[in-house]
Amino acid sequence: MTDQTTATMEREGRANALGNPMLTPVGVRAQPGAARTRGSLGPVQRILLGALLPAIVLGAWWLSTSTGFFAPHQLPSPVAVVQAGVDYAERGLLGTYIAISTQRVLIGFIAGAVLGLAVGALVGLSKLGDAFLSPMLGGVRAVPSLAWVPLLLLWMGIGEEPKVVLIAIGAFFPVYTTVATALRHVDRDLVEAGRAFGYRGVALFFTVQLPAVVPSVAAGLRLALAQAWLFLVAAELLASSMGLGYVLSDSQTTGRVDRIILAIVLLALLGKLSDTVFGLAERWAVRRWA
Amino acid sequence: MTDVSAALGALASTAHPVRFSGLGRSFGRPVLRDVDLEVAAGEVLAIVGASGCGKSTLLRIAAGLDAPTTGTATIDGTAVDGVDPRCAFGFQQPRLLPWRSIAANVSLGLPRGTAAAAGRKRVARLLELVGLADAAQLRPREVSGGMAQRASLARALARNPGVLLLDEPFGALDALTRLKMQDLLLDVHAAAPTTVLLVTHDVDEALQLADRVVLLGREPGAEGSTVVREIVVPGERPRDRGDARLAELRGELLEGLGVERHAH
Repeated sequence: MTDQTTATMEREGRANALGNPMLTPVGVRAQPGAARTRGSLGPVQRILLGALLPAIVLGAWWLSTSTGFFAPHQLPSPVAVVQAGVDYAERGLLGTYIAISTQRVLIGFIAGAVLGLAVGALVGLSKLGDAFLSPMLGGVRAVPSLAWVPLLLLWMGIGEEPKVVLIAIGAFFPVYTTVATALRHVDRDLVEAGRAFGYRGVALFFTVQLPAVVPSVAAGLRLALAQAWLFLVAAELLASSMGLGYVLSDSQTTGRVDRIILAIVLLALLGKLSDTVFGLAERWAVRRWA
Repeated sequence: MTDVSAALGALASTAHPVRFSGLGRSFGRPVLRDVDLEVAAGEVLAIVGASGCGKSTLLRIAAGLDAPTTGTATIDGTAVDGVDPRCAFGFQQPRLLPWRSIAANVSLGLPRGTAAAAGRKRVARLLELVGLADAAQLRPREVSGGMAQRASLARALARNPGVLLLDEPFGALDALTRLKMQDLLLDVHAAAPTTVLLVTHDVDEALQLADRVVLLGREPGAEGSTVVREIVVPGERPRDRGDARLAELRGELLEGLGVERHAH
């Protein structure tokens, strides 16, 4: 079995698990022989097939607008959307908006992820920490993201802080949950083997437990990054003067559908790009540590 | 396998005597009771018993992975308190860290504070000893079960143990690999005579490897296992696997385990 099929199987195993709050325990491997049953596609065929549906959608969009099926104020043509982007770019706004949104996502993601790792480790490793923290965090987790917005605005004003904090909240929970669950399910036999050879406490954590959960943590971080983009829009929709979420809310009041579609496409591209980059890192982590 | 004494020459350590006195362990109900057992330095002691008789528990207590409810376990006169650096443990499953190479897994057994260069040298020597020099950079999932178990043994030996604790170390291997591993263990023991406590359910293995075999079991009307029989195995190692005296002892031990003689 090649490394690639192993990685694919691992991913599939995790995709199932992520639909479920309980993640796949570390050490549980997908059954061999499952990867090839979906038919084999070369990398080029794969890319072509993946590009087919966006191409069809783009074609249909272009046709429906150029034939006058939709009026420009309902659905502007792809060309008009590109022009809206060029217009923003010429005024120097496109780069600024993308940069500020990306910056908010990255800062919030990093803050939330670091906190999620720390709290997740505490809950996953210590029964005391688990009993003390899990019920509260479970409650906080159930709060819909938008519910935080008014509170954060009142407390922190309309600067960068409330947005970054909201994104950090969004990024925190996937990391916290995956880390805590994965640590709880680290193969006890391996932990005991580590103990038998004199490892305990911090040394045991870095020698056995942390490496054992690296693949799950990578998956949690990837999920957190996606969640960070989600929360970015929630933050920017309500109180901002810059960023892609601002473009959305501003264009809604001015009725600029072309700009709305531009913002949506940019969010899709940025989200997909960051996810792809992270996916590569995750694949490496799975290959290296699983 | 290369010249064992040369490979282990620099590894040999002092063998320690082990003693269990009045030892009992209960998990809700008693599993072990009144275990009194002395193991001489350098002796190979096999512990046999039916499943669930507490033989693994006894071994884990010696390692400091578990603690007795009553009584004490001592190594070289000092009580075992927590994981003991003088012991090394070989598990039934290899329990290798899947993300580390075979060599890196063996180095996990090195005593804390071993200098990096000396550690590397020793790991290389041990891998040579167990015939894994060519597999040093492979991951555990890339080697066979027998190779993984040899790596596990090398990891235990890396600790330079005064007491080597083996919990059914060859139980999961196929018959031929098991015989080879038994010979390897004898070679290792001959070169570096550490004290060995070997838990096994294989009576033949016990008679082949051990100086002495103790049978753990329940006495009638009592809860919890204790030493019910003790057999000093005659003859020098390596023993002829077909020796008639061993055959007699084998029948005796199997009877002690509740297997009728005629069945064998």
